[in-house]
Amino acid sequence: MRVCVVGCGAVGSLFAANLARLEDVEVWAYDLFEEHVEAINRIGLRLSGAGEVLGRLTATSDPAALPACDFGIVATKAMHTSAAVEATAAAFTGGCVATVQNGLGNEEAIAEHAERVIRGTTFPAGKLLEPGHVQWDVKGDTTLGPFEPRPAPFSEVERLADACTRAGMPTAAVRDARGPQWRKVIFNAATNPVGALTRLTHGRVCEDPELRRLVTGLVDEGKAVAAAQGIELDADPEDLIDHAAKREVAYDHKASMLQDVEAQRPTEIDYLNGGIVRFGREHGVPTPLNRAIWSLVKGLEQSW
Amino acid sequence: MRVCVIGAGAIGSLFAAHLATVADVLVLTRRQEHAQELNHRGLRVTGRHDFTASVTAAADPRDLPEFDVGIIATKATGLEDAAESLAGRFEGATIVTVQNGLGAEEVVRSHGNWQLISAVTFMSGTKHSDTHVEYILDTPTWLGPYRETPYERVQELARLLVDSGLEAEALPDLRPAQWSKLIFNATVNGVAALTGLPHDAHFAEEDGDSDLGHLVHALVDEGKLVAAAAEVELRDDPWEMNVLATKRGSAHRPSMLEDVEARRPTEVELINGALVREAERHGVDAPLQNAVYRLVVAREASYS
Repeated sequence: MRVCVVGCGAVGSLFAANLARLEDVEVWAYDLFEEHVEAINRIGLRLSGAGEVLGRLTATSDPAALPACDFGIVATKAMHTSAAVEATAAAFTGGCVATVQNGLGNEEAIAEHAERVIRGTTFPAGKLLEPGHVQWDVKGDTTLGPFEPRPAPFSEVERLADACTRAGMPTAAVRDARGPQWRKVIFNAATNPVGALTRLTHGRVCEDPELRRLVTGLVDEGKAVAAAQGIELDADPEDLIDHAAKREVAYDHKASMLQDVEAQRPTEIDYLNGGIVRFGREHGVPTPLNRAIWSLVKGLEQSW
Repeated sequence: MRVCVIGAGAIGSLFAAHLATVADVLVLTRRQEHAQELNHRGLRVTGRHDFTASVTAAADPRDLPEFDVGIIATKATGLEDAAESLAGRFEGATIVTVQNGLGAEEVVRSHGNWQLISAVTFMSGTKHSDTHVEYILDTPTWLGPYRETPYERVQELARLLVDSGLEAEALPDLRPAQWSKLIFNATVNGVAALTGLPHDAHFAEEDGDSDLGHLVHALVDEGKLVAAAAEVELRDDPWEMNVLATKRGSAHRPSMLEDVEARRPTEVELINGALVREAERHGVDAPLQNAVYRLVVAREASYS
């Protein structure tokens, strides 16, 4: 089986390097960061931290160099989905394309260029330390399921989930993958921008009772939008928020959006709070707090 | 008539220099060097007016002789210390507060039983040095009686300000003006502090879904509901004040933005906090104003 990871940043590298350990999987990676691509081809893709892995795979910045693949795993930042999938679409004409990205709207963007799409949510996280080397910060589960409007066959979803699990990335194939996705989106939309706007770590956001109430206000709007679509969350995002706030979990963690703001990079706000607002409008659910937060972070991006 | 200006930032310096042309003016500064410079060089005004005034400055309140009118022109964050420095003295004096927000009069009253005048000022200036202030906007200062203060006393002071070359008007009830500015400041200063944007055209844009103008409008609308519940009829529509200000060419950087960028305490309590507490007191829902308030307070907490 041949897999191409599209967007080989931190999360993409976790999938690519782990899958490359399997004898029955041939791994390719498509990424525009040329030093990273060159390092992967020269010395392999190294993970350290939560697991030590050296994956051998072929990386390229040239979509024409990609062979036909059984699976694509899209792991770009959400704002690059459309361009990355459009560029690589020819490699997936006979295969299925999965997303393991943050936010809402990635599946829709992929479906504009791919026939068979897999909805996905992943919790592992890391960061790129240097070209060819990624720090694996957090292990976690991944859930995959057919994207309803353009579904991949369930047997194919199971085949990809099985490969990921065997590679050390525990992955479940489910018929309806919206629950985990919305749980993560609601979690991210309620905490990331609050960290970005206040510059506080996750733990400090949660220990300010008034700020924590604001987080709950954002969560409640997200839950209402999910409920209006008939989505059953697989767990309460509030529990995830409180769990992450513990000293030994992620008290000192700076949300990725805060890291983006500090580096003055575009954030994923359009796909988090912006996504909740759009789906809310489609289903007649008011989301004033999410919209306010969306505007504030967009304003912040415009100030650079 | 002897007037003491407490706090010689841009606004205090503009009051002191102009009033020195028609009255004896004392200036109470925070720093000893500042007082020495003022005594030595006088206070220069450029911009809309051009003159140098002679003032008597001191950094120690014990060095101040008796005065008839005290104008506390510190920022809200310096109000408590300023009022405390006058405690137990200047019994016959009338004290004027020109701080943004609400509640300055109560802070001063808690330190002494002086006759009080409430004021809001829209004039603006830039301090180029301890002895040089540029007079930028000659928009007026409005004054009104606080509780039992006779209106004649307010009119007398307004006349003195006008005679000194400043724009000023006495109003029998200051609340309509004070609340217009309160809602304007809570909204514009809070959004500027959180986004890093100066008060520019973004604040009036209402085209795209995430445009900042929608949020500014919604914040103003909440403020208006609070004003209505408090039975205050606004003098000016804060949304129109906002639109007008964004058309002024050079974008103003609200002090709350300057404060968070310099990691200084902001005026958030007397402005946003005051508005949110008024909302609670009158049983009005103001979730967006509350969110902005909590986010700015948390941003301050991130300094340490």
